[in-house]
Amino acid sequence: MAASNGRSNVLKGGFKVKAGHAEMLKGGVIMDVVNAEHARIAEDAGACAVMALERVPADIRRDGGVARMSDPALIRSIMAAVTIPVMAKCRIGHTVEAQVLQALGVDYIDESEVLTPADDENHIDKHAFTVPFVCGCRDLGEALRRIAEGAAMIRTKGEAGTGNIVEAKRHLSAVAAQIRHLAGLNPAEMVHEAKLIGAPVDLLRQVQELGRLPVVTFVAGGIATPADAAWMMELGADGVFVGSGIFKAEDPARTAKAIVTATTYHDDPEKLADISAGLGEPMRGLEMASIPREELLAGRGW
Amino acid sequence: MSLSPDPMPAPPLIGVLALQGAFREHLRALASCGAEVRAVRAPADLAGLDGLVIPGGESTTMQILLERVGLMDALRDAVGRGLPTLGTCAGMILLARDVTDGRADQRGLAALDIVVQRNGYGRQVDSFEAELQVEGLDSRFPGVFIRAPLVLEAGSADVLAEHEGRPVAVRQGRIMALSFHPELSGDLRLHREFLKLVQGGGKS
Repeated sequence: MAASNGRSNVLKGGFKVKAGHAEMLKGGVIMDVVNAEHARIAEDAGACAVMALERVPADIRRDGGVARMSDPALIRSIMAAVTIPVMAKCRIGHTVEAQVLQALGVDYIDESEVLTPADDENHIDKHAFTVPFVCGCRDLGEALRRIAEGAAMIRTKGEAGTGNIVEAKRHLSAVAAQIRHLAGLNPAEMVHEAKLIGAPVDLLRQVQELGRLPVVTFVAGGIATPADAAWMMELGADGVFVGSGIFKAEDPARTAKAIVTATTYHDDPEKLADISAGLGEPMRGLEMASIPREELLAGRGW
Repeated sequence: MSLSPDPMPAPPLIGVLALQGAFREHLRALASCGAEVRAVRAPADLAGLDGLVIPGGESTTMQILLERVGLMDALRDAVGRGLPTLGTCAGMILLARDVTDGRADQRGLAALDIVVQRNGYGRQVDSFEAELQVEGLDSRFPGVFIRAPLVLEAGSADVLAEHEGRPVAVRQGRIMALSFHPELSGDLRLHREFLKLVQGGGKS
């Protein structure tokens, strides 16, 4: 919680530094890593942060069972290995997993649908923490509910562990279209819109004024190539999360480096051609139609 | 670049390094102060600039990208030849003479006689806001410190502001560096101070 330390006019854990940290990640790539060696590869490639977890989403999907917060020993070893920020995931609603991650000193918590939800009604009250949170969304209402709970950064969900960009594009476009729609609404219609999409009307008004979400918005769930990352940036993403797409590729170090460079030069197709050349096989990927409905992750969280 | 002490008829052209981080906020802030702005992503973008801003972001990421795209040497030359430069947070780290606890291969611009410790104030949970008394400003400035670098030695640089006894704003010649983020504060006064430095008025 935001607190003064008594010694001077110092405020820690205010929303400004929580959301401000996400501002510093913009234009960057956040990579899933499962050990210290992967974390170093990600840092050498130019990742702006790493997500420390035991299994990448593709393996969580393959293994089934309940997916939980990672072993603190693993998270500590990754924090010790790199100087860039380290994020970690907790289960949706699991306040104590989040407290443990905060106690470890991680730089951001992802309250993530990739893990098995622990509470099917409530998400975590994120205002109560000093550490900032990022949460997933598929549409504007979901994004604003998470921000109302205190999320300082949003990522569109996509479908994690598939290497298929189609859901990531769908969710990013859905949020953008809903934001454009607000431009034509009068104050009374805004109240109705808030009811329709299940969003607090004050946050909805803020989005109408800004023409964008009030926090940094990354894209996640299905990015596997430099062109995927560049496309998401072209569509207005502030940056990208890459989970399975790096360490399930044939040459993770080169793929990681290429995705970072492509995220910076997203509007330069000639550079992208050079960046994308000779990288080896990307992760194999899954057709959406081949995934049983009950195994889709994006529908978790609400 | 103009060294005229009089206000220039044309607004100064300020480049903002735009590889990663909070570069859009600096572009917006500088434009609000009346400057012409340009995003810098290649050596050719440095031509004709009157000033340069190196923004906050991940210093490791920015450093790796600078080397990868051949911009580090061009930047070192430009800053070394006297291009007025403002570095904030990661930008301060890149300008520093020496960085403790950085990666062994990390070599920045070494344009400012200061020694900094990356994340010297701690991890994100230790990020903070504090009001600062900055030399040349008549009231306090809202400092936003995010995984901020700690200035261990200010060398021959002038200290413009301190927090808890440590320098947080320094200036040496026409280079200014801040360990906090004026681009997130909604207060344009330090961007205006930098533009004065660019236009020759703020030279020490």
